[in-house]
Amino acid sequence: MSRLATGLHARRWLLAGSALLAGWLLYLPHSEAWFARWFPELERPLYQQEGFGTLVLAHLGIVTVSSGIAVLLGVSAGLLAGSRFGRAFRPLLETILAISQALPPVAVLAVAAPLVGFGSTPALIALILYGLLPVTQGTLTGMDSVDRDTQAVAQGLGMTRLQILRHVTLPLAAPVMLAGVRTAVVINIGTAAIASTVGAKTLGLPIIVGLSGFNTAYVIQGAVLVALLAIVADQLFEWLEERVTPHLPARAGS
Amino acid sequence: MIEIRHVNKSFQGQQAIHDLNLTLPAGELSVLIGSSGSGKSTTLKMLNRLIEPDSGSILLAGEDIRRQSPDSLRRRIGYAIQSVGLFPHWTVEQNIAAVPQLLKWPKSRIQDRVTELLTLLQLPPAQYRQRYPHQLSGGQQQRVGVARALAADPDVLLMDEPFGALDPITRHTLQQELIRIQALSGKTIVLVTHDIDEALLLGQHIVLMEHGRIAQQGKAQDLLLHPASDFVRHFVGQSDTGIRLLGLGKVGERVRQGQASGEPIRADRNLREALSLFVTRQVTCLPVVDEHGQASGVLHFNDLLGAAA
Repeated sequence: MSRLATGLHARRWLLAGSALLAGWLLYLPHSEAWFARWFPELERPLYQQEGFGTLVLAHLGIVTVSSGIAVLLGVSAGLLAGSRFGRAFRPLLETILAISQALPPVAVLAVAAPLVGFGSTPALIALILYGLLPVTQGTLTGMDSVDRDTQAVAQGLGMTRLQILRHVTLPLAAPVMLAGVRTAVVINIGTAAIASTVGAKTLGLPIIVGLSGFNTAYVIQGAVLVALLAIVADQLFEWLEERVTPHLPARAGS
Repeated sequence: MIEIRHVNKSFQGQQAIHDLNLTLPAGELSVLIGSSGSGKSTTLKMLNRLIEPDSGSILLAGEDIRRQSPDSLRRRIGYAIQSVGLFPHWTVEQNIAAVPQLLKWPKSRIQDRVTELLTLLQLPPAQYRQRYPHQLSGGQQQRVGVARALAADPDVLLMDEPFGALDPITRHTLQQELIRIQALSGKTIVLVTHDIDEALLLGQHIVLMEHGRIAQQGKAQDLLLHPASDFVRHFVGQSDTGIRLLGLGKVGERVRQGQASGEPIRADRNLREALSLFVTRQVTCLPVVDEHGQASGVLHFNDLLGAAA
């Protein structure tokens, strides 16, 4: 398939996902009757403690801040470990990250909450930790993937180290780095829901309230929004990846 | 002029360059040739400080190259390598403009320069400017690589096996083009290759290296007719020496008055091609024409022998 076609492809899915999300958000406040028909045994089938719009914004807020910090730290760590001076630390860094990834999110929240208090802070800590590995790994892999000859010729043309990094290595590593950020953000959209167990305001609230109160309708209302958010974010990154790789030959079949 | 004085270089205790003394004349195309590990690439990379010598000095136009920062030195010296190394995320125009950008030339000057170079390398600017490297053939990429190396009008052009990865036909075209560009611009060019035919064709000054030392240097004829050692004799191709010598001479240099029948040969072809025609056509005399197709005489088979002069 030509690049133009895959580009349109990514955009079409992004638009479709966004439309679905917006439609669902607009419909939810008026969906009480529909959920009532579906779950006749429930007294209050529509979650109303908080507006869904507010929850989506709060959810996105936590994901954006945590992913932003994870990208900042992860890219810096990746650049450092990929540089001449930091090469020695690379195995250590990769081990630490792998261990941090092996801890279940609930455990991180359970440990963090007593230490830093309830609310958004333990949630942010857990999400940053989870975002770090894919971002750092993406940065390292991305920089490894850049052709050594291309960098050598940049040096031979008289670019300084910083210029090579800025004009050659980073732009060429960008697609792989972006793939790491994409993984981090999509994982964090899902994981952020769990953060409501320690009092963070996210789309996890209706899910957790629903689970503890045997209210399946609440769970569905929260879960569908989380899923749609994750899909839209994923498609957004797909589209971004197309944008940063105008130079690549069209990928076959994707 | 490039002067290399008493240069030594070791890698991990292995001496790669032994007390190298070499003068490469200005305005000529010098070829460094040798098998792998002979130190030819190392020598080339020391000229733009991609590799620093352990001892000794290198002078460019009389000035020690260490008096400039490596980056500003490299911006004065064109550099092209075998794998081309075009930046895949930049268009042809951006690639060629790389060094002028670093030197902060004004936009309009860069644009004009790109147009000029694309025209020089026979890539129609309107058609090729905005293409990405992956949209070009190998030969076109190498042309852009050469254009990029020439972009900031460097005094010296370094080429590390620039045509190594190309098919024979494209390689031949680009070699001819390099001769043309060198004649037009009068640049000092230093080219590294392991291909003796390429060296004999291109090199006005040929430096044959072995184990980090110079085995012999001089003109193509010197190496072919007066090899300094068995190594040189072997390297330039013992049994093919005569053929290679013919390759250095042009038909035009041996033309006599007269007329002959048959398909004519152009005066600017080399004598090696002429020999081939003699043999395939089973004749001893060929009609010769100049580049405009005007008859300019005949070439006799016996006159090929004069080539050894």
